[in-house]
Amino acid sequence: MSMRVLPVGDDALLVELASGAEAQALHAELVRRRGEGLLAAREIVPAARTVLLDGVADPARLARELLASDVPPAPAREGDVVEIPVRYDGPDLAEVAAHWGVAEEEVARIHAGHEYRVAFCGFAPGFGYLTGLPPRYDVPRRSTPRTAVPAGAVALAGPYTGVYPRSSPGGWQLIGTTHAVLWDVARVPAALLSPGTRVRFVGRAADSAAERGAGG
Amino acid sequence: MTDRALAVVRAGALTTVQDRGRPGHAHLGVPRSGALDAPAAALVNRLVGNHPGAAVLETTLTGCALRPRCEVTVAVGGAPCPVTVDGRPVAWGAPVRVPAGALLDVGTATSGVRAYVAVGGGVAVERVLGSRSTDLLSGLGPPPLSDGAVLPLGCRVPSPARVDVAPQPAPPAELVLRVTLGPRDDWFTRRAVRDFTTRAYRVSSAGNRIGLRTEGPALERALTGELASEGMVLGAVQVPPDGRPVVFLADHPTTGGYPVIGVVRAADLPAAAQAAPGTPLRFVAVRHR
Repeated sequence: MSMRVLPVGDDALLVELASGAEAQALHAELVRRRGEGLLAAREIVPAARTVLLDGVADPARLARELLASDVPPAPAREGDVVEIPVRYDGPDLAEVAAHWGVAEEEVARIHAGHEYRVAFCGFAPGFGYLTGLPPRYDVPRRSTPRTAVPAGAVALAGPYTGVYPRSSPGGWQLIGTTHAVLWDVARVPAALLSPGTRVRFVGRAADSAAERGAGG
Repeated sequence: MTDRALAVVRAGALTTVQDRGRPGHAHLGVPRSGALDAPAAALVNRLVGNHPGAAVLETTLTGCALRPRCEVTVAVGGAPCPVTVDGRPVAWGAPVRVPAGALLDVGTATSGVRAYVAVGGGVAVERVLGSRSTDLLSGLGPPPLSDGAVLPLGCRVPSPARVDVAPQPAPPAELVLRVTLGPRDDWFTRRAVRDFTTRAYRVSSAGNRIGLRTEGPALERALTGELASEGMVLGAVQVPPDGRPVVFLADHPTTGGYPVIGVVRAADLPAAAQAAPGTPLRFVAVRHR
């Protein structure tokens, strides 16, 4: 794993990696080390190809330690799989089908046929950027973002899929809706999805995707 | 009237409940939030005998007016402003007794931007993820104050501080922000990096709790591609496509896709929170500690 460690102010580091998978692996490893008391950091924030460590007492020393340490190359497939029921009824199904070169009803089968992992969160509390679709299914954002995307909209953009936790403006391609509650501050934990969570989408229409997703 | 609550008579331009925020949830997309001028919030809490992390009110330029339903001790600090109780001038930056039903008026700031109002016992709205702070980016915590709203207060505290007036720094006539360069200074031309740390900027009126916006030389990029989203810190100086640096304050997004040219030292952020629109601004490069 090749990494570049950049100082960020006086008490943070940005670790830059070659790929999103490496960033997920490093994030998992850093969370493990913090859990075991081997690392002190107020925030460990993964993103597309980086992990930010904020609230670190001695960033220069931590940078040296990180560069000298081994990180498992891929995150372990561990933890429960969160299942998200989806009705594939989004307004951009046809556009996504055209990008993928498949029939419209195939979009649901493909989307529900993969397992995902939350690479990182951002944009809004509880909004996870999920990876797991092969690169040939990347889609561009909409050229004009919608001013209001409803809560529970299941969407695609770039290499990611995700679910809008609440109504907000948004430029992702909408392929479905879920009644799953992604974010609820009265619940512990408030976020249904956090970095590293494994996810499966289960089609609610009467197709075989629902059966396949049920096993976890 | 023995009810421990505070009625909002005049909410002002923007008054929010703030404590020390909710750090530790950035990986879920939750901003840290919290008082922008944290030392001022801690000081007014001390003046009324509160824990330094008790929730206070943060006003914006035009103050607010409150009517406590019980006798309370209050202290106003941060941006200097006239303070009255039932129309009679009282001390700023000192503990003041306000009788039940009296009108506490926190006037328009004579300098600076944000005044802090601590009330003995603290503002006791419900905590969200461990904090009572209003987060304007993601809508967590209580909504900004509105006329007629009623805020619950915590239990009476034993004794206010035995100080008459506490010294507080004056809001800056010129804002000088020390910055360490990076992590993405290499996304800018050498000339842009030089301009950033040598040329004169001004505090823009478009700023808010999310970021201090600036007017001044646009910073030109050396790399024109799109930066993949990455984690953001308090004080990060992000440069959007218009080239004008934005200094991230407490309600900043946890990840962002515009390059960060430098990071403002934490010790300089309270002054940034008190710099009124139009204040001259300079960024001065310092080394990482």
